[in-house]
Amino acid sequence: MTKIVKAHAIHKHFGALHVLKGVDLEVAEKELVFVIGPSGSGKSTLLRCLNRLEQPTSGSIEVAGIDMLSPKTDINHARQHIGMVFQSFNLYPHMTALANVMLALRKVAGKGKAEAETLARAALERVGLADRGHHRPAELSGGQQQRVAIARAIALEPKVMLFDEPTSALDPELVGSVLEVMRGLRESGMTMIVVSHEMSFARAAADRVIFMDQGLIVEQGPPAAIFEQPTHERTRSFIGQIRQH
Amino acid sequence: MEEIVANFFNAEIATAALPLVASGILNTILLSLMVIPLGLAAGLVLAVLAQSKNPLVRWPLMAWVDFFRAFPPLVLLVLLFAGLPFMGLELGGFACVAVAFMLNNSAYYGEVLRAGIDSVPNGQIEAARSTGLSSTQAMTYVVLPQAVRNVLPDLLSNTLEVVKLTSLGSVVAVPELLFAARQAQSTTFNATPIVMAAVIYYAMLWPLVRLLSRLENRALAGRH
Ligand SMILES: Nc1ncnc2c1ncn2[C@@H]1O[C@H](COP(=O)(O)OP(=O)(O)OP(=O)(O)O)[C@@H](O)[C@H]1O
Ligand SMILES: [Mg+2]
Repeated sequence: MTKIVKAHAIHKHFGALHVLKGVDLEVAEKELVFVIGPSGSGKSTLLRCLNRLEQPTSGSIEVAGIDMLSPKTDINHARQHIGMVFQSFNLYPHMTALANVMLALRKVAGKGKAEAETLARAALERVGLADRGHHRPAELSGGQQQRVAIARAIALEPKVMLFDEPTSALDPELVGSVLEVMRGLRESGMTMIVVSHEMSFARAAADRVIFMDQGLIVEQGPPAAIFEQPTHERTRSFIGQIRQH
Repeated sequence: MEEIVANFFNAEIATAALPLVASGILNTILLSLMVIPLGLAAGLVLAVLAQSKNPLVRWPLMAWVDFFRAFPPLVLLVLLFAGLPFMGLELGGFACVAVAFMLNNSAYYGEVLRAGIDSVPNGQIEAARSTGLSSTQAMTYVVLPQAVRNVLPDLLSNTLEVVKLTSLGSVVAVPELLFAARQAQSTTFNATPIVMAAVIYYAMLWPLVRLLSRLENRALAGRH
């Protein structure tokens, strides 16, 4: 199967701190990969290296056929193909939901106003917020804000979506609406890498679960295998911990 | 009492001084319309440059801003007006005010805008960059609108000071409001024109002061 993400031997240092210690990650088209692991294990850093929000110290990264680390790559153009959703939504508070989604369509994808608006409305509709376009983020619930953030990313028709703990800032009753949208994305064939501890969602939707610890991938496999029969002691104890929540 | 009215609130003198004072108002407005955008634009450049991580940019910038914040604007103005001719460069009063104010105001506006930019969470830039916006686009469409909104009271308060400072132009013979009033005073031997100037400054600035109070109150109320 075609690999849409090919990351090899990724190392990342923050000063003296060695955060990623040689991570290899390949993701096939339409695959949904879940990444779990203790706090500080480097999950966010790994995601942020993939779209080069963070510059890896060494290694190679190819996304959708683009060499992300080559100085010749137009990084702004490349990032259109890689959507990212953040734990804290990071919507632009001074713009309406619709304007949030339209900005990159206009300025990066170069769409005209009318076309950008049509595409933005379609994206908002996909996340179930067709009627919320004229609202500012402050007038939306956390779950709605996160869905606008997803719309902002998918409006650019990315080849991969990266999610960094998309539901952990949400009240429990709002988590479902966001997971619902993610499930829909998966069904439409989107390739996704999701950092999250939503185990039941992982079990139902993930093709593969990766357990990271201390900057390395410790083990990976189908959700059932990782959750029920982890081979490593560290995985077992971590899964025991998140079960209790 | 009569003497006070005759010397400070003399209607006859006021009528006679009116044309001169009116042209002074016009020049004060013109001067403000010149120095405020100049200071804001130059301040914006300083604030954006200050985001640079390169110490070769940051250090000279900091020294520049500190220098012009510490330098009394009146001294700067007189130095330009009286000093530059010795270097064979004679700028008129208007141009001297423009240059002196740009150096002085941009340092202040720059610091205000820099604080505004710093107040915008980094996640905003990351979100913008993750959708492919360049750093300039992220600054223009995402960071600056929020930055300006966050420091609007400070920007306005600085602008108030700038308008007041335009009266310094009188020192280098720019016929703004204070200069015109002084001229009228010296030809009529009466203080009424100065009182007129004071009243006009107040009338021009009071709405700004009110607006500023409202913004400040709103900012306080929004800070829970
Ligand atoms: N910009 C940075 N500068 C310095 N250190 C950083 C930076 N970003 C992350 N780190 C450090 O790198 C390590 C890995 O952080 P990272 O955010 O990738 O972990 P994580 O697995 O996502 O954790 P969490 O579950 O808490 O989100 C941590 O020790 C963190 O303090
Ligand atoms: Mg993280």
